[in-house]
Amino acid sequence: MADDTRRSTLRQPTQEPSRIDEDDRLALVEDPGPAAASAKAVAEREPDLREYLAPIETERQVTDWGRSERVEGFFDRTLIDFYYNLWFRCEVEGIEHVPAEGGALLVSNHSGALPPDAPMIAKAIKEEHPHPRPLHLTVEHFFKGYPGLSMLLPKIGGVPAHPANVHRLLADEQQLVLVFPEGRKGTEKLYKDRYRLRRFGRGGFVEAAMRARAPIVPIALVGAEEAMPIFAHIPALQKLTGLIYFPITPLFPHLGLLGTAYLPAKFKIRFLPPVPTDDLGVDEPWEDQGLVQTIAHDIRATIQDELLDMLGKRKSVWFG
Amino acid sequence: MRSRRVLITGLSTYWGGRLAQALEQDPEIETVIGIDRRPPKLALERTEFVQVSDAHSLIRRIVDAAEIDTIVDTRLVVDSIVTSRARAHENNVIGTMNVLAAAGGPSSPVRKLVFKSSARYYGAEQDDPAFFTEDMRRPHPPRTPIERDICEAEANVRDFRHKNPETTVTVLRFANALGPDLKTSWQAYLNLAVIPTILGFDPRVQFLHEDDMANCLEHAVKHDLDGTFNCAADGVLVLSEVIDLLGKTMAPVLPPWGTGLATQALARAGVPIKPEILPQLRFGRALDNRRYKATGFRYQHTTRETILRLREQQRLEPILRGAVGGSYRYESAVEEFLRFSPSVRQPNARPAPLAPANSAPRARLAGEQQEREQLAAAPPRPAPTAYGSLPAREIQAILPSLSPEDLRALREHEVANAARTTVLRSIDRLLAAPATSAR
Repeated sequence: MADDTRRSTLRQPTQEPSRIDEDDRLALVEDPGPAAASAKAVAEREPDLREYLAPIETERQVTDWGRSERVEGFFDRTLIDFYYNLWFRCEVEGIEHVPAEGGALLVSNHSGALPPDAPMIAKAIKEEHPHPRPLHLTVEHFFKGYPGLSMLLPKIGGVPAHPANVHRLLADEQQLVLVFPEGRKGTEKLYKDRYRLRRFGRGGFVEAAMRARAPIVPIALVGAEEAMPIFAHIPALQKLTGLIYFPITPLFPHLGLLGTAYLPAKFKIRFLPPVPTDDLGVDEPWEDQGLVQTIAHDIRATIQDELLDMLGKRKSVWFG
Repeated sequence: MRSRRVLITGLSTYWGGRLAQALEQDPEIETVIGIDRRPPKLALERTEFVQVSDAHSLIRRIVDAAEIDTIVDTRLVVDSIVTSRARAHENNVIGTMNVLAAAGGPSSPVRKLVFKSSARYYGAEQDDPAFFTEDMRRPHPPRTPIERDICEAEANVRDFRHKNPETTVTVLRFANALGPDLKTSWQAYLNLAVIPTILGFDPRVQFLHEDDMANCLEHAVKHDLDGTFNCAADGVLVLSEVIDLLGKTMAPVLPPWGTGLATQALARAGVPIKPEILPQLRFGRALDNRRYKATGFRYQHTTRETILRLREQQRLEPILRGAVGGSYRYESAVEEFLRFSPSVRQPNARPAPLAPANSAPRARLAGEQQEREQLAAAPPRPAPTAYGSLPAREIQAILPSLSPEDLRALREHEVANAARTTVLRSIDRLLAAPATSAR
């Protein structure tokens, strides 16, 4: 593939206005006070324990989260590099929307029986961002109980999707966290429903970002739906194997382990302008369920619109 | 509030013994009394041991008689390797109830209660957060009898806190401790030549060095910390990393399904893996230790360093073969003689116990301290007329019970008459630290 296909086409933030109308959002707030004062109030209620985080021991290769530089590096250099550059030929837009420092919550659509979207987004930040940063991928609790995956996923940056984990990463450790609010509903949806976003959970991700005062960066990703589409589910085999679902894909289950290979769809990842959560003018915006739901809904609508825009411009599933 | 008169319940546990050793070194602490069913296992200098059951009326009498202001409860059994299930339950639930009953009430002199709990309170489950904070309740009901006991004991302590708002209640939840003198199921597990793990799992684990554990308790006695705190070393390791640091072989022989059965089979073959560490071998557990650090406490060892210490110990063990430690035996007659006999001139004649690394330097002769306490308990005598005939030691013993004005008067008298330097120095020292004499 020509190298320039995957180079980011940097967009100006003004070119694509944010779908969330600033005025609409603020109109919901009852008592807009100075944001600085509310920040202080929050800090007084929750003592800042950031300075007491355990210092990094340089002799160690595994972080306190169980992430292993060695294992992650190995996968990054081999499998993920191959998929990113040669197989999916990822094309990235708007990488500048990922903040170079501080915590930020990345929110993306989720698809594919064995979703390839998370590692591709992580790789995109590593490859394209001027300040490459590690990305923490939230994974379902199910994987912590499944042998093998339980061992592997934390090593390559997976973190169980617990609100406390997300908060610690965003607020205390100032890291990038990727969540898929659709969760399993996104990955198990059938091919006929492709690129139609499921419900965005209960807005928990917005709440987490608000508590950590971290911006939300929406991401629209095209291609993962076609990389491993699901045509049907077999509930009986799901029960037998104890997996979260047992799908029929173009290659699985009839090709066995080979069925875990992806089809070479063209990937396009578009990072959208960040939505700040610390300028809402209220002390504890997460207490306002209406506000949380509105922002969650707006972000979902933003990603959905962006997906439709990208799909409308896509000429071919395989060549983009 | 400054703790002066401390009662340690569970003196024969390693935790209680280490705490008593640490408190003995502090001249600010007037009295250390330890109670337990069995005699202490560590050599103590001035701690008074009372062999007593958990009956609350007996404990209450000791508390009232000695005007105990601080109770440190180190009794909780958190490991099934220590004792049988029934006895653990009796100790953990009924015993805690009795200690709390003895400490509570409007007429109680107790102003501070330090309760040793365990991180087992949180359990280890699939949907746990990566770091437990103190405000989190365990998300699922307890799985093992020990966990059930811990939850029940903590519920009792919460109740006590509610009913006695005047009393400072500190609950410390300790991570699994490791160290040369400890006997825990994790230690037994990590001492195996080949370490069996569950196939397909590499849990995150966190430990605490035994020295840090003792220091944590001491810190709680010396500061007023109301609330619950996690005590765990910095750094969370994965089990494979731990085994690697120990230089051992990891054997993923336990099947992910039917692990319990496989463990029982291994136990029959002589490889002990206690049921309460199984959930941790699968899901792991880590604590957020920042709240306790924010109170000013500093851990001396990280989890990694704790493991490296364990490795040193494992290397030395075949060479030493129990030559170190275990030599101490509590003989009540000897201990009483050393503490109370007027013939004892050199109270430190017996080999000194290994002092904790960071304990304060020994400020005074422990024997002097002993006598002082004994006499201080009696009503303070007025400066006697036949004062000059009293031996210096006896005068020194009375001094702490006197008010600063009396001390100053006595000093003048002493300068005018005998002018014994030892007495003068003692008076000066007491005047310099007025807190000690303000009783």
